[in-house]
Amino acid sequence: MRSALDIARDVRSGATTAENEMATSLAAIRARNDELNVFLFVDEEGALDAARRVDERVTRGEDVGALAGVPIALKDNLCQSGVPTTAGSKILKGWRPPYSATVVGRLLDAGAVPMGKTNMDEFAMGSSTETSAFGPTRNPLNVERVPGGSSGGSASAVAADMTPLSLGSDTGGSIRQPAALCGLVGVKPTYGLVSRYGLIAFASSLDQIGPFAKNVADAAALLEVIAGHDPMDSTSLPELAPSLLSHVNDGVAGKRVGLVRELFDGAADEVVAEVERAAEALRDAGATIVELSVPEIHLGLSAYYLIAPAEASSNLARYDGVRYGLRVDADDVAAMNEATRTAGFGAEVKRRIMLGTYALSAGYYDAYYGQALKVRTQLIDAFRRAYLEADLLLGATAPTVAFAIGEKTADPMAMYLSDVFTIPTNLAGDAAISVPFGTGEADLPIGVQLLGPGRSEAGLFAAARVLELADGRS
Amino acid sequence: MTLRDGWEMVIGLEVHTELKTSTKMFCGCANEFGSEPNTNVCPVCLGLPGSLPVLNVRAVDLAMAIGFALHSTIGFSTFHRKNYFYPDMPKDFQISQYDLPINSGGYLDLPDGSRVTIERAHLEEDTGKSTHLGGSGRIHGADRSLVDYNRSGVPLVEIVSGPDIRSSAQARGYASELRGILIATGASDGRMEEGSMRIDANVSVRRPGDPLGTRCEIKNLNSLRSLHRAIDYEAARQVELVEGGAKVRQETRHWDEHLGETSTMRTKEEAEDYRYFREPDLVDLVPDTAWQERIRAGLGAMPAERRATLLARLTDPTPSQLDALEVVVDLGFDDLVLAAIDAGVEAPLALARAANELAAAIDDIANLTQDAFIATLTMEQGGELSATQAKTVLLELLAHAGDPRAIAAAKGFEQLSSDSLGETVAALITQYPDEWARFRDGDEKLAQFFIGQVMKLTKGQANGKAVIAELQSRR
Repeated sequence: MRSALDIARDVRSGATTAENEMATSLAAIRARNDELNVFLFVDEEGALDAARRVDERVTRGEDVGALAGVPIALKDNLCQSGVPTTAGSKILKGWRPPYSATVVGRLLDAGAVPMGKTNMDEFAMGSSTETSAFGPTRNPLNVERVPGGSSGGSASAVAADMTPLSLGSDTGGSIRQPAALCGLVGVKPTYGLVSRYGLIAFASSLDQIGPFAKNVADAAALLEVIAGHDPMDSTSLPELAPSLLSHVNDGVAGKRVGLVRELFDGAADEVVAEVERAAEALRDAGATIVELSVPEIHLGLSAYYLIAPAEASSNLARYDGVRYGLRVDADDVAAMNEATRTAGFGAEVKRRIMLGTYALSAGYYDAYYGQALKVRTQLIDAFRRAYLEADLLLGATAPTVAFAIGEKTADPMAMYLSDVFTIPTNLAGDAAISVPFGTGEADLPIGVQLLGPGRSEAGLFAAARVLELADGRS
Repeated sequence: MTLRDGWEMVIGLEVHTELKTSTKMFCGCANEFGSEPNTNVCPVCLGLPGSLPVLNVRAVDLAMAIGFALHSTIGFSTFHRKNYFYPDMPKDFQISQYDLPINSGGYLDLPDGSRVTIERAHLEEDTGKSTHLGGSGRIHGADRSLVDYNRSGVPLVEIVSGPDIRSSAQARGYASELRGILIATGASDGRMEEGSMRIDANVSVRRPGDPLGTRCEIKNLNSLRSLHRAIDYEAARQVELVEGGAKVRQETRHWDEHLGETSTMRTKEEAEDYRYFREPDLVDLVPDTAWQERIRAGLGAMPAERRATLLARLTDPTPSQLDALEVVVDLGFDDLVLAAIDAGVEAPLALARAANELAAAIDDIANLTQDAFIATLTMEQGGELSATQAKTVLLELLAHAGDPRAIAAAKGFEQLSSDSLGETVAALITQYPDEWARFRDGDEKLAQFFIGQVMKLTKGQANGKAVIAELQSRR
């Protein structure tokens, strides 16, 4: 499939039409969706409407936008007015939001064509897309393997050439880890860079929407479209979207890159080897490599598994059967709430709601949630110190290549460890990008991770582009 | 009511007031009482998945105005989530300030000279409203429940007093004075009957000088009368328990207005664990000095000061005039009354018309201009309108606005010129010589007889005072 930027250029010039590109995407979806279970809903009508509107604007000679006619897949926790949105949960089956997320509005304004909603771990709680109430998504590169998660559907859509772009959400690695497992570029933007309005919350202080793409430039273009202040999100950064695409080829000459031991310790040898090779590639491009240790990173996982469930236990309280989604009737309101939630939520979601409720309970708050907040502050300080010594940090994205479907479902701790290298960035509110670099076992892709302080996206894209070129991608 | 000898009540009040903003606390929906159910709603106040709150700056303005009026310290504050399941609360948590409220500390001086400390006055959002149909008619055991989310997300300030109140009368005085302050700051319309001001009372009893006793919280008292009665009932109940050798159990109690009793809602053991934590969807609220100063500068005089101003214009006020004065200040009509007095209207007349006619039509007060009020009262005072006619003109002005002279003319309140009044009186003197003789000899009661006759002949269009003046001039 051609790159998003090529498609947009050709749609704007009239060399192709949005409707034509939409039809190509639709054909690719039809060809493999049954096999891979990528899309939970394909919005054929909406996509056709959106494509025709773009074509009409082109005909009228209007400026159609940076993503003119580019098909895009949306993770199913992004609200799009009138389009079924489930967050991968039975409890929201059949719900059609009456409003659209800010990012969806910005995509449409930029000429993108949303093709439908992609499968995900239920409420984004998982690392393999296996906790979805609607069955697992398969990795297009090897259908016996998981695509990662929780944004596994969005990753697979791009990896299977169904759409050149997709949006996911990243609370603890849910974009970067599936990007690594599917051989894609995936970005967790600085907290507040992208509006969360219309993103179904998992853990509000950690959630961020971000792009998947096959190459760095496409990812930068997409992030540029969706980023920038939104008055509907109080935690949104005050400034307009940064200029990213124009910095993709800035290179890394003179940059200090911190190779952080804790960001690949415990990863498979083949992954560690690629991280080291990536460091060399950056050095070859003019960067200085600084070996660093940030021990607080090891505390991230435990803090995360208190903070995220605590927020989730509150965010998911609203699924009570009163107003929308599933309702299981019972004798009184409390019994109805309980019956609805018992039937509507899957095991992983229940596990985290219980964990989070416990962590916030009177008598336990200080020992658990309160302590986790302190650890979070320590981690933020540790990153701040690291960024005095390095402009950006390098490590692994995931400990291994894509694992087999069913391999970790019985062992939550093993599953949680998939996110050990990605979680610290969410806790710190910083930015990070996963870029494919080399392959490992079964010829599956490996992703390396570049991390930077808040608002460092332009530098991260430039470094990712250096690795992309060094790995022999155009 | 007073407690049995040797006992003292200890009362602290939590007053919830809806803020008079045009939109809700975290979204742009109208903050309006009495709309069709579920019409002032949007994804945010319905708590739809993916929606996020954005703080209404006007709610912060009003909260700070309350803080200044209560001599609170205004500072860095944050929002928390108070988590519990309830069908009229769409997110199943309430956004509320918790350990860092916008207003901390302060006090309120009551007309009786006492001072009640204020612990805090914090911002929070209101819930929707449930109606339970069939069965028990309450949430447990009703056949079905309907929820109206129009009130969901309406901004509230909760004002928490210290445990300084010692009687139900003082509690009532506190609530009433606070209500006046809320109206004076423009923060609230203070309408308890519409639920825009609701009170929870924490009540305990003790022997004077002893440490505080175990308290019970009586929820949702929605009139000053209920507040008064509920506290008296509850304190007496507690004294009886303790004197009978039992202990007061810490619990939340419900006030039944019809039975005149409190009853257990939930005990301390059954109390919810609200699992408060910082609301991650909102940022810290830090009103800077300029913002605070803007609010402080915009504050008018508070009721105590306004009562004093008006009182200074009355000579030897009667008890009913003092009552009227309180009503007038409570309703915020004192500026109108003062303007009328400045324009030459006698203070008792201005006070009476404001405390009666205007107070009865408070919903329509916006129709009445200061000029129209003064003009009407001046006409009444000058004898151009009778008292009844003046009241009718005021009611018309309140209902439809307009020009008082035009209204008087349209109603056929032709002014009775002193010439024609003189002719009428002269004719009556001729017609009733005996009555006239008795009046001239000092029987003042006969004045009423002549007034009655004049009214009959003029179909009520004469002014009583003018008739008396006419009679006196011929005595």
